[in-house]
Amino acid sequence: MKFSFLLNGEPQVIEDLEPTTSVLDLLRVNKRLTGTKEGCNEGDCGACTVILIDDNGARAVNACILFLPQIANKALRTIEGISSHDAPHPAQQCMIDHHGSQCGFCTPGFVTSMVAAQINNDTDHDVTLAGNLCRCTGYAPIFRAALACEGTKAPKWFHDDQSDLRTLAQSVDAKLPTTSDELANILAEEPETTLIAGATDVGLWINKDMRDIAPIAFIHHIKDMEHITEHPDHWEFGANVTIEKMRVWSVDAQPSLTPLLTRYASTQVRNSATLGGNIANGSPIGDSPPALIAMGAKLVLRKKDTKRTIDLHDFFIDYGQQDLQSGEFVQLIHVPKNQINLRCYKISKRFDQDISAVCGAFNLNITDGVIQSARIAFGGMAGIPKRAKHVEACLTGKKWDMNSIKASHDQWSQDFKPLTDLRASADYRLSVARNLLTRYFYDLSDNPTTIQEVSA
Amino acid sequence: MSVNKPFPHDAAKLHVSGRARYIDDLPVSDDCLHLCFGTSTIARGSIQELKLTPVRNSSGVIDVLQASDLIHANDVSPSIHDEPLLSDGTIHYLGQPIFLVIAKSHIQARKAASRAKISYQQDSPILSIEDAITANSRFEEGPRIWNRGDLKRGYEQATKIVEGSIEIGGQEHFYLEGQAALALPQEDDEMVVHSSTQHPTEVQHKVAEALGVQFNDVRVEVRRMGGGFGGKESQGNALAVACAIAAHRTNKPCKMRYDRDDDMLITGKRHDFRITYRAGVDQHNKIIALEVVHYARCGWAQDLSLPVADRAMLHADNAYFLPNVRIESHRLKTNTQSATAFRGFGGPQGVLGMERIMDHLAHDLNTDPIAFRELNYYRPAVAAEHDTTHYHMSVQDFNLQEMTSKLLADCDFENRKQAIERWNADNHTMKRGIAFSPVKFGISFTLSHLNQAGALVHVYSDGSIRINHGGTEMGQGLFQKTAQVAAEEFGVSINAIKITATDTAKVPNTSATAASSGSDLNGMAIKVACEKIKSRMAALLAAQYNKSPDDVAFTKNEVHIGRRVLSFGDAAKACYEQRVSLSATGFYKTPDLEWDRIRGVGNPFYYFAYGAAVSEVVIDTLTGEYRILRADILHDAGNSLNPSIDIGQVEGGYVQGAGWLTTEELIWDDQGRLRTHAPSTYKIPAMSDRPRKFNVNLWDRGNLKPTIYRSKAVGEPPFMLGISAWLALSDAISNCGPAYPNLDAPATPERVLKAVGRVRHGL
Repeated sequence: MKFSFLLNGEPQVIEDLEPTTSVLDLLRVNKRLTGTKEGCNEGDCGACTVILIDDNGARAVNACILFLPQIANKALRTIEGISSHDAPHPAQQCMIDHHGSQCGFCTPGFVTSMVAAQINNDTDHDVTLAGNLCRCTGYAPIFRAALACEGTKAPKWFHDDQSDLRTLAQSVDAKLPTTSDELANILAEEPETTLIAGATDVGLWINKDMRDIAPIAFIHHIKDMEHITEHPDHWEFGANVTIEKMRVWSVDAQPSLTPLLTRYASTQVRNSATLGGNIANGSPIGDSPPALIAMGAKLVLRKKDTKRTIDLHDFFIDYGQQDLQSGEFVQLIHVPKNQINLRCYKISKRFDQDISAVCGAFNLNITDGVIQSARIAFGGMAGIPKRAKHVEACLTGKKWDMNSIKASHDQWSQDFKPLTDLRASADYRLSVARNLLTRYFYDLSDNPTTIQEVSA
Repeated sequence: MSVNKPFPHDAAKLHVSGRARYIDDLPVSDDCLHLCFGTSTIARGSIQELKLTPVRNSSGVIDVLQASDLIHANDVSPSIHDEPLLSDGTIHYLGQPIFLVIAKSHIQARKAASRAKISYQQDSPILSIEDAITANSRFEEGPRIWNRGDLKRGYEQATKIVEGSIEIGGQEHFYLEGQAALALPQEDDEMVVHSSTQHPTEVQHKVAEALGVQFNDVRVEVRRMGGGFGGKESQGNALAVACAIAAHRTNKPCKMRYDRDDDMLITGKRHDFRITYRAGVDQHNKIIALEVVHYARCGWAQDLSLPVADRAMLHADNAYFLPNVRIESHRLKTNTQSATAFRGFGGPQGVLGMERIMDHLAHDLNTDPIAFRELNYYRPAVAAEHDTTHYHMSVQDFNLQEMTSKLLADCDFENRKQAIERWNADNHTMKRGIAFSPVKFGISFTLSHLNQAGALVHVYSDGSIRINHGGTEMGQGLFQKTAQVAAEEFGVSINAIKITATDTAKVPNTSATAASSGSDLNGMAIKVACEKIKSRMAALLAAQYNKSPDDVAFTKNEVHIGRRVLSFGDAAKACYEQRVSLSATGFYKTPDLEWDRIRGVGNPFYYFAYGAAVSEVVIDTLTGEYRILRADILHDAGNSLNPSIDIGQVEGGYVQGAGWLTTEELIWDDQGRLRTHAPSTYKIPAMSDRPRKFNVNLWDRGNLKPTIYRSKAVGEPPFMLGISAWLALSDAISNCGPAYPNLDAPATPERVLKAVGRVRHGL
């Protein structure tokens, strides 16, 4: 493996390092840039936040679950590279002025998140900073600092990095496929290859389970899997579309997805994690599958030159088992358009950046007060993301009222036998799943149901 | 004036630029070795066979040590030598260190540590409070019991008696910087240790014992910690001792830092408690009788559990006069991580227990919960017999009556309460709640001899100043506050003061930076040292200019001798040239302390700090989810040394306290494995969990006691203001039906939803 990248504006060449070396270790151990901190080594605290720059712009990412090939041909800015000693970045000065640091350990991560958000003109600080944990301040002064430096222009180095990238020697390793055809060939030769797109899941296998994974293909350079394209009746997503890109898309195209996608992990993780990865890893608690199943999404799977299209719902067979043949990969996702009655509810211990205890997606087709068809899908209720088929059947053809909801009461336990684990008990999961249908009813009838919209 | 000014944290510029160095950031030579513990995978039993060959053969491994390799003390306990660094063959909890890997890199050490093959003789573990009660597994010979008044008569006079119990979960510190240490071997068997510890002197002692050397052979330095919260009072000992032993054996620098999961699996947390109560009130709604039983889950080693449980008992009254009372405290020994210090040190559990009792009583008496609290406050101004705590200490500085009135008026409480009632009546699925809670917190270490501090101050001949003291900086702003004291004393600008790392070779025999005591003790020691130097300077300058030392004033970077004015630098130079010592130590010990912890009688505290909070929440009755909408706080920091730093402590303490009682849930499985051992599963508050409206004000009146510039300690007391958020959840749940919610802690969405069900169905 050999590649180049820009580190705080300086061209660097990487060779003789394991591809599963984290960017955090590269910075702290090899480059002795210790401003970027390790807080959790799993992408949940944000202390290692760095800024990754390419043609698409700037994004905050967690360096601890970012591996070396993922920064190939890109520009990286760390806390050491956003200002000079005598001229602090406005985000830094505001953090000082508003007493935003106490112990200071999380501070570089907060500052880099703020700078990335400023470059993107994003002032929703509760969202952009949800992935940075602070244990000292109670966040109030950090929020005040973020407010105070709104409107800061993108720094000169951002534009410099973007233009310098164009002249940086482009070097691509054989294991960095740039087209889906190349990926198909790699998998044909070595079907056991582990694919890494955003590394937000595989990163934990390496950092926490200390697994030696081989062979690996890093697939984030594949351009023909990065698109979101509009078709007459559906949207087509390449598997490499990041969750953050999908979230931005949803604001206009499918607004009922936005609240769910905004609570998908954190900005840093959404900037790395991909839709394809969230589906292909088969997690029973991944947050995009229930919504996509409720929408009737389809997957395009590819093996060498053969493609097949299946219902996303059918992709999940059993816990840890997907309908994915040896050498096959998820290439595209087709999402039906204009699902106006879709609503998605994520229930977790902590509101932001938590894994769902229960994630329910409801999509009823109602005409003249009668339920014509129903698609209801849940995460966290079974070993796979799963439809509530008994409930759906019970509702279909009935009037859309509280009586029908009550009548479905016993169907829920037919559909789901959830587990008790550290996130919630089986009883709680089942009660909440049931209750969410009531919330859906009030929600569709425009009654306020959202505690996030209540203010004192 | 330098005190009372809102200067930023002294290291703020370093924090925001990534230039502030923590242990793992210190430059070390390339031959530095890295350590990792191999830990047990069972909770109780003994080791049958320990196969370390795969560990030794793992890439990059230099050496692997087990208990039998340790020549001197195998102990890292802060109290009774019951905590071996490496298991002696007995396993006390799942996560206990068994062997120590020394390798060329951090990741190599971690990988190697996972490769041991260990077989165990397993015993059935004692995990829960219930298990420990059944097995009578405890520290001390039996429960501690404190009595005051005539309980029997109290119950006879009672017109209403309420009984209940509450389960209170523990709390992971989640300091952002995990535990870390670095040992640098020196000539002649000396050792220098950099440790992320609140207690450098204890690290010095434990390292010396482990190396078989004198205390003076070990120097421990602490520039800063990335958060402590009590979690680095004793829990850093193991890493520092491991590094020192490895550095001594290899003669190379040795560094150890826990990966986050290891940190959470190995180290102790806040004690979880069960509190049962039987409370009687008289016809005037005054508490006339109270029996409380505390069950504290202490984990496997004693650590600091006795003083923690004592402090819980000491705060079992919170702010209320209890004429007839009995408190019983069980310190239970379990096969779990050894519970340790955590901000409040048992106080929060004691206070929560009492606030629960007040909430339950007010509900069952159908009386206004705030008026009921005010009625039962200590009343030193009204009646002398109502000013004495259950441990027979007179409360002389009680100010919560005034603070409560001001807070309620400032936050428009009555109107908001009515608006909430109207809103609740109109809402299908959501309910709002609002609640008030006060805190009275005793300031001083209850082990009285710990209430001492030393300082060392140097004035250089150019007038620049370096200060040092025994306190450590963990983010709380202690260094900045003590620098402000020095600047005030010498009448110089804050920029003239340089603050240096805590160092056992500069100030010896220090106490842990704990019990909120940092600025009280060290600020005073710094002041004493500054006064010594000032008086020497004044004597010399007065003599030179034929004036009295009383005519010498230090102000605005100048020294005024009558009408003569010298810059402070020139004055320092003049003193140097006249061979006046410009360096001094300072020492301070808190007066008036006397405490018998067995009888539960005396004056364990120098004074009390107070606070009051109102929280408003909304809950979703379909899911149990909730948000904290608003918090209003009035907190007593005396004459604040630095209002910005103090407000930071209050805001941070509130959110941390609310986190403890809401989303922060520790879950062990039936094998004793902690299942919530990373931020993916253990949820501290995030940005959007702070109250959207968050108004914090300081009750800016001087301490009645002559503390440093009449300020008050502020580290721990505001933590307990988070209880108001938990009470507000209880209030919101109460709006769903007639029964009392009986809410346990933490009030996760699941517990809230269950409580909604109980209240609705009158269970």
